Amino acid sequence: MREALPLFPERASTMAGSVDSLYIFLIVVSVFFSLLIAFSIIYFAIRYRRRSETERPAPVHGGLALELVWTVIPFLLTMVMFGWGASVYFELYRPPDDAMNIYVVGKQWMWKVQHLGGQREINELHIPIGRSVKLTMTSQDVIHDFFVPAFRTKADVLPGRYTNIWFKPTKPGKYHLFCAEYCGTEHSGMIGWVYVMEPAAYEVWLAGGAAGGTLASNGEKLFQSLACSNCHRPDLTGRGPNLVGVFGRPVQLEGGGTVTADENYIRESILNPAAKVVAGYQPVMPTFQGLVTEEELLQLIEYIKSLSTPPAATPAAAPTPVRRKR
Amino acid sequence: MVTATQATRENYLNVNYGVKSWLLTEDHKRIALMYLVAITFFFFLGGAFATLIRLELLTPQGDLVSSHTYNKLFTLHGIIMVFLFLIPAIPATLGNFLVPIMLGAKDLAFPKINLASWYVFMIGGLFTMYAMLAGGLDTGWTFYTPLSTAYSNGYVVTTGVGIFIIGFSSIMTGLNFIVTIHRMRAPGLTWFRLPLFIWSMYATSLIMVLGTPVLAVTILLLAVERLFGLGIFDPNRGGDPVLFQHLFWFYSHPAVYIMVLPAMGVVSELVCAFSRKKVFGYNFIAFSSVAIAVLGFLVWGHHLFVAGQSVYAGMIFSFLSFMVAIPSAVKVFNWTATLYRGSISYQTPMLYAFGFIGLFTIGGLTGLFLATLGLDIHVTDTYFIVAHFHYIMVGGTLMAYLGGMHYWWPKMTGRMYPEGWSKLSALIVFLGFNLTFFPQFILGYLGMPRRYHAYPEEFQVLNVMSSAGASVLAVGYLLPMVYFIWSLRYGKVAPDNPWGASGLEWQTTSPPPPENFETTPVITREPYIFDPPVPEEVKVG
Amino acid sequence: MASGTRTLALRHQFASAEQQKDASTLGMWIFLVTEIMFFGGMFCMYTVYRSLYATAFGAGSNHLDVTLGAVSTVVLIASSFTMALAVNSAETGNRRALITNLIITILLAAGFLVTEMWEWYQLHQEHLMPGSGFRFEGPDPGHVQIFFSMYFSMTGLHASHVLIGIGLLTVTAIRAARGTFPAGYSTPIEIAGLYWHFVDLVWIFLFPLYYLVARHAAHG
Repeated sequence: MREALPLFPERASTMAGSVDSLYIFLIVVSVFFSLLIAFSIIYFAIRYRRRSETERPAPVHGGLALELVWTVIPFLLTMVMFGWGASVYFELYRPPDDAMNIYVVGKQWMWKVQHLGGQREINELHIPIGRSVKLTMTSQDVIHDFFVPAFRTKADVLPGRYTNIWFKPTKPGKYHLFCAEYCGTEHSGMIGWVYVMEPAAYEVWLAGGAAGGTLASNGEKLFQSLACSNCHRPDLTGRGPNLVGVFGRPVQLEGGGTVTADENYIRESILNPAAKVVAGYQPVMPTFQGLVTEEELLQLIEYIKSLSTPPAATPAAAPTPVRRKR
Repeated sequence: MVTATQATRENYLNVNYGVKSWLLTEDHKRIALMYLVAITFFFFLGGAFATLIRLELLTPQGDLVSSHTYNKLFTLHGIIMVFLFLIPAIPATLGNFLVPIMLGAKDLAFPKINLASWYVFMIGGLFTMYAMLAGGLDTGWTFYTPLSTAYSNGYVVTTGVGIFIIGFSSIMTGLNFIVTIHRMRAPGLTWFRLPLFIWSMYATSLIMVLGTPVLAVTILLLAVERLFGLGIFDPNRGGDPVLFQHLFWFYSHPAVYIMVLPAMGVVSELVCAFSRKKVFGYNFIAFSSVAIAVLGFLVWGHHLFVAGQSVYAGMIFSFLSFMVAIPSAVKVFNWTATLYRGSISYQTPMLYAFGFIGLFTIGGLTGLFLATLGLDIHVTDTYFIVAHFHYIMVGGTLMAYLGGMHYWWPKMTGRMYPEGWSKLSALIVFLGFNLTFFPQFILGYLGMPRRYHAYPEEFQVLNVMSSAGASVLAVGYLLPMVYFIWSLRYGKVAPDNPWGASGLEWQTTSPPPPENFETTPVITREPYIFDPPVPEEVKVG
Repeated sequence: MASGTRTLALRHQFASAEQQKDASTLGMWIFLVTEIMFFGGMFCMYTVYRSLYATAFGAGSNHLDVTLGAVSTVVLIASSFTMALAVNSAETGNRRALITNLIITILLAAGFLVTEMWEWYQLHQEHLMPGSGFRFEGPDPGHVQIFFSMYFSMTGLHASHVLIGIGLLTVTAIRAARGTFPAGYSTPIEIAGLYWHFVDLVWIFLFPLYYLVARHAAHG
C-alpha cells in the first residue's frame, strides 16, 4: 500500500526527518482544528435546526473571555510553529564549515555540475553518503531552482549571483532533481537525478571522470592567459591587490565600507571591477564581461580560493594583503 | 403573498429599456449586473483553460498540447482568474449592488466614476483578450524577471498594459466605496450598526486603493524595461531580478485579501440570516477585517523564502505571516459560535456558507504550513502551494460568491431559483472541489513542482484523481448558469424578503426601485435583529 | 458652509450640498493617496539602488544640469502659488482673477515641461538615455545606466502627471469662462488645486534626490 500511494518522498538526508516531523506536527494541529470546526458546525446545525418559522432565538452576547481564549491559544500554537520552523530553517540554510563544495550552473533547460576535481556532469549529481555537500549555484539566464524532494530542500538559482544549498545524504540511491522555478518552455524538462553512492563507489566514480584537470588548476591557467597575473602579484608591486589569502576575508573598499571576499564579490570584481574598488587602488581594472563564461568564472574562483589554503604545494605563504600606500 | 401588481411595479430593471439605458446608466444596480455578465464570461474562459490543464495532466507525458502551449494555458488561467474574476467578483457585482442599499443611500458617491470603472474594466479585459488571441503569454501570471523582460517571446507588454488598465477599475471602485461608506450613511447608521458586509467591503477598498498602484508601477517598469532595455531588473546590466519579486508581491499578497475579505463579509451575512441570530462577536469580526487588511501589507516576503532574501528577513516575514492568520481564525470561531442556539435552516446560501467555513479553515491552516519556514523550503513552488491557494480562492471566495449570488438573487432579479437544483449543485461543488484539490497537497509534499507540463510516472494516480474531481466541479459550476438563466423567465416571483432576513436591503422591494427606497430609512438600533417585523421598526420620513 | 456657498445642481445621490462637497473632497484625497503609493513604489526602488550603488548614482547625478533643474523647480513652485491664488479668487467670487490665475498656472506648467524636454534632449545628445544607445565613459556603466533608467522613468511619470494637470486646469478654466461656476462655488477649483499641489510636491522630492544628492561623492 505504501508503494501504491506514498505520502512522503524518501528520506535521504539528515534534514529530512526534521522537516517531516515539523510537517506531521502541523498536520496534527490542522486535523484537530478542522475536525473541531467541522463537528461543531454539524452538531450545531442539527441540534439547532429551525423547527418553526416563527422562532426567534435570543442573541448570545459574545464574551471577551471567550474571544481572548480563541485568540491566545492559536497565537501560542503559531508561536511554537514559528520557533520550530525557524530553527529547522536555520539549519537548512547554514552549510556546515566542513561541507565539500560543488558548483552548479543552471541554464535553460539543463543543470551543469562541476566538481572541484574537474569532473563534469549534465543533469546528474554524484555524491557520497555521509558527507555534507554544499552547492554553489548560478544561472546563465533566468531564475531557476534546485530542488531535491528526498533531501527536503531547495534554493533559487539566480543570474548574476551565487546562491547556496547544502545537504548531507544518508541513504544510497537515486533521487529526483527538479527545477522548481518556472523558467520557460522546457521547465518541466529541466530535471535529473542525484546519485548518492557508498564512499568506495564514489571514489571509483571520481577517478573515472576528470579529463581536463581540476577546477583550480584550470583557473590558474586562465589567470595567466587572461593576464590577471600582470596586475595581481603576490607582493605589493602590482596595480591590483594581492589575492593570496584574500578569499573569505573582509576587504576595505574605496569610499568606506567593507565587504567579505566571497564568491559573489570575486565574480563581481571580474565582471564589473569598478563597482567595489579596494581602498588604496585605482579603478583601472578592465571588465571581463563577455570574455569569460560562467564555468571559467568558477575556475578562477576556485583558483583564488586555493591561494588561501595552507601550502602543500604552494611556496612559502605570502604576507596577507596590506593597504597599498599611494 | 405576492400580487400581480408587485411583479409589474416600477423597479430599476423595468424603469426604462434599450441598450443606451444600460450602457449609459449611472445606477449602481445596473452597473453591478453589467459587471456580473463580464466576470461570468471571464470565469468560464479561465475555467476552460483549467479544463485543458487538467486534461493534459491526466498522463505523465506532455501529449495533449506542446510545452509552449501548456505554459500559455496556465499563465492565462492565472491572469484571467486573478485579475478578471476573483478580484472584481464580489466587490464589483455584490458590492456595487448592495453597498448603497445597505447604507440607506440612493447610489454610490460617484456614479459616473462607477460607470467609468466598468468601461475601464472592459477595455482592460479586451486588451488582455487581444494579447491572448494574438499569441498569448507564457511567463506565468507572476511575470518574474528576467524571464519576462529578456527571454519570453510572448505578449508581455500587451498583457501588462491590459492588467494596468484593469487595475484602475479596481482603484476607482475602492475609492467610490470608501467615500460612500464614510459620507453617505443613512441617519442613525453609525459605524457599529453597519452590516459586516460593509465592514469587509471597507477593508477591501483600503487594500484596493493602497496596493493596486504599486502593481501599476511595477507593470509600468516591466513594460519599459522590456521595450527600451533599461536594465532595472537585468543582472547583466547591474539590475536586480529579485527586486521585481519584492515589488510584485507587495501588491499581489494584499491582493489575495482583496479576494477573501469580501467573501468573509458575505459569509457573515449568510450565517446571521440563516441562523436568525446576530453574529457572535460583531466587534471582533469588524476589527479582524481591518486587521487583516493592515497586516496583509506586511507579509509579502513569504513568497521569497527561497528566493535569496536574507534569513533574518525570512524570520520577520514568517512571524508576521502567522500574525495575519490569527484574525481569520477568530472569524471562523465567531461564525461557528453564531450557530449555537440559533435557528438554522439549510437553504442553499447556507450550504455554501458551511462549505466556505470548512474549506477556508483547511486552506487557512495550510497557510500556516507555508508560514513555517523550515517546511516552506520543501513545499514552496510545488503543488502544495497550488492546493493551498485554490482552497482559499475556490473553496473560499468562489463558494462565498455563489452563496451570495443565491442569497441576493431574488433581490436583484425579483425571481427565485429552483431550490432542489441549487442544493444539488452546492453538494456537487463541494465534493468535486475536494476531489480536485486535496490530492494536490499530497502531490506537493511528494515533490511535484508546479507549472509542470510533464511529470514522473509515480505522480499519475493523484493527478488522475485531481482531474476526475475537476470534471465533477465543472458540472457543479455549469448547473447554476442553467437554472439562474431559467429563473429569469420561469422562476417564482420573489417576495421582498424571501429569507426573513434582517438588513436594509430586505426592507425594500425585490427588485428595488431605481432610487433604492421609497423614502430614506432612519436607523435606530443595532444590526441583525430578527424580531418579527412591526411597522414602526423602520421609521420612514 | 452656510449662505455663501451656492452650488451646482445637487446630484441626486447626495442628501445635501455639504455632503456633496465633503464627498468630492474626500474622493480627491483618496485619489492622491493612490498617487503616493504609485510614486512611492519608485521612490523605494530608487532608495534601494542608491544605497547599493552610491558611487554610480553620484556619477550619474553629476551629469544632470543643476541649473535647469533649479529653474524647473522654481517654475513649478510658482505655478503652485498661482494655483492657490486661483482657489482664493474662486472663493471670493472674482471670476476674472480666477481665469487669469488658472491661465498663468497652465503657462508655468507648460514652461516646466519645456525645460524638462530640453534637459532630456541634452541627455540624449550625451548618449545618457538608457537603452541600446547608452554610452558612459567611466567606471561601472551598468549601475550608472540604472540611475538614468530610474531618472527617466520617474521624471517621465511626473511629466505625464503635469500634462494631465494641464488638461484638467484647461477644462476648469474653460468652464469658469463659460460661467459654469456660481460666484463663491470653489469646490472644483479646490480639488484641482489639491491635485496640482501634489504634482508639485512630487517634484520637490525628485529634484534633490536626483540633482543634489551625492553629486560630489563621485570621484574627481
